[in-house]
Amino acid sequence: MTQVTTTESGVSRRDFLKIAWGAAGALALVEAAGVGLSFFSPRVVEGEFGGIFDAGAVDSFAVGSVTPFTQGRFYIVRMPDGGFLALYRKCTHLGCAVPWNPAEGRFVCPCHASAFEMDGTVINPPAPRPLDRFQVTIVDGMVKVDTGKAISRDKTSSDDLVYAGGAV
Amino acid sequence: MTDQLDPRPEDLKQRVWESIQRDELPPRDDRGRMRVVMNNLVLHLHPSKISKATLKFTYTWGLGGLALLLVMILSFTGVMLMFVYTPSSDTAYQDMLSLQTEVRFGQFIRNIHHWSGNLLVVVAFLHMLRVFFTGGFRTPREFNWILGLLLLLLIVAANFTGYLLPWDQLAYWAVTVGSSLLSFVPLIGEELRNFLLGGPEVSGATLTNFYGLHVAIIPLTLMGIISFHIWRVRKDSLSIPHKLDGSVDGATGHQIEKVTTLPHLVSRELAFALVMTGAILLWSVWVDAPLEDAANPDHSPNPAKAAWYFMGLQELLLHFHPVFGAIIIPALGLGMLAFLPYQRFDMSAEGVWFRSQKGRRMAYVGVLTALIAVPLLVLWDEYYLDLPGKFPNLPTAVSNGWLPLAALLLMLIGYFDGVKRLFRATACETRQSVFVLLVTAFIVLTVIGVAFRGEGMTLTVPWEVL
Repeated sequence: MTQVTTTESGVSRRDFLKIAWGAAGALALVEAAGVGLSFFSPRVVEGEFGGIFDAGAVDSFAVGSVTPFTQGRFYIVRMPDGGFLALYRKCTHLGCAVPWNPAEGRFVCPCHASAFEMDGTVINPPAPRPLDRFQVTIVDGMVKVDTGKAISRDKTSSDDLVYAGGAV
Repeated sequence: MTDQLDPRPEDLKQRVWESIQRDELPPRDDRGRMRVVMNNLVLHLHPSKISKATLKFTYTWGLGGLALLLVMILSFTGVMLMFVYTPSSDTAYQDMLSLQTEVRFGQFIRNIHHWSGNLLVVVAFLHMLRVFFTGGFRTPREFNWILGLLLLLLIVAANFTGYLLPWDQLAYWAVTVGSSLLSFVPLIGEELRNFLLGGPEVSGATLTNFYGLHVAIIPLTLMGIISFHIWRVRKDSLSIPHKLDGSVDGATGHQIEKVTTLPHLVSRELAFALVMTGAILLWSVWVDAPLEDAANPDHSPNPAKAAWYFMGLQELLLHFHPVFGAIIIPALGLGMLAFLPYQRFDMSAEGVWFRSQKGRRMAYVGVLTALIAVPLLVLWDEYYLDLPGKFPNLPTAVSNGWLPLAALLLMLIGYFDGVKRLFRATACETRQSVFVLLVTAFIVLTVIGVAFRGEGMTLTVPWEVL
């Protein structure tokens, strides 16, 4: 005669142990997955792409010009109204490096022929959204670009532009 | 007394040999042959006896065995290459150059590895088609079909990770384009891509990640699932080839004749492996694996194409919103493939090529439809159709995603219904016709992407592209 001890809650000793072992096993798996994910997560290298870049003095950018920064992988665009914009050079379609075409006055991706206006607006698909931008700050007449986070946007907006307010 | 305690022979040489090889070699009779297969570590992946009819080469085309041979060749040459290559963005390309110019037989070994890897994608795909067209996934083999699908995906993953290692322009931009597909997965896409690449762009961290995946994680997983796959084949045995009239193909009389695996199957496998190895070596002597200029993250080549097996997807991307081209349509396709063996198979005979006479005619219809419709649709979309322009108020995910996808699905349903009625066919034959249509469509898209897309990915003629 085997007797299964049942507590008031109706869970037998055997069931309790089964659940406890199962839970411990599941917890171990979750922990292993967590350690694995953290271990393999991308490491940010300081001072390289991903940091804050000094692009130069406000006056060094002509109004209506596009200046490439190869190291920072962005363009400083100075719109005709004098506003600043930092565009990530990576195509929003499949990630190719988009060159500025001064003759046509637009960005044309060599990979799949996406084209963008000076402010990043899509002229020609397949690119699904405007070029991403980086945050521009102007401190003491110097243009600084934070490449830490590319800001994606569904539509271009004049709010994206930064003006050298103090100079005016 | 001592004889009974230790029945082994007195002679030491013989004792050593028998401690290694327990069965008599060469075996004297069928019993002995079966025992050798059963007790041998490698051979026991086979059953000891098989149906004679399944030996017919034009039934299996030796495709599964060929895939296994390629995996073995890739393992050997891959390990050799590991000794002359450092996975760092500073040294990788230099190592490739010295591999091709200084290492003795370096170019040759690289060629074998490169071509075997590419061939494996083709062979695994053909193997899948063979199993489908002979109904080889019927009960009890459904799950082995799923394992095969997993293997196909792993093979593509192995190819894709290996593609980056030469660190030339081809590698860098193909992986940039290929991994960007991932970033269109809803919600977690960007995170997923960053995790895989070790950052937002292809970089030295990506090379380290891909190397680890390519030489350790993917091969180990592949070996594990291959063993499982072959073990299942051993348990369930091959489907028996039948002729259209239902008689067993390649057999005389009613009885399904069985023969011993050794030597009937093993000798055929070895001969085929030898011929194919010879063919691959010969090809690798004459045709060099490509190597372009060193990777330059500042300059995308024009056009920048993904690896050839992704060109079908890349072609879809030119016509659909990225979420549809890269995620939804491929997921639908894979889902359909995985679901195939679990649908009712309402044919009497398994092992009949293309199900039936009607099935064969309907397969032709599928091929023809795709050969005509897909190029026409591509041309139409390229030059005339501008859905986002027609519906400027809709988000492009609708105008260039849901809308055309729904239209295509409706056309497919119409096709299914149409040919089913026209031929008075069973659902099973009709499904095959749709399958053939979709497979052909995928191949046509791949060919268009590889051979008809020139500068700026505009449509042009192949001699301008290749």
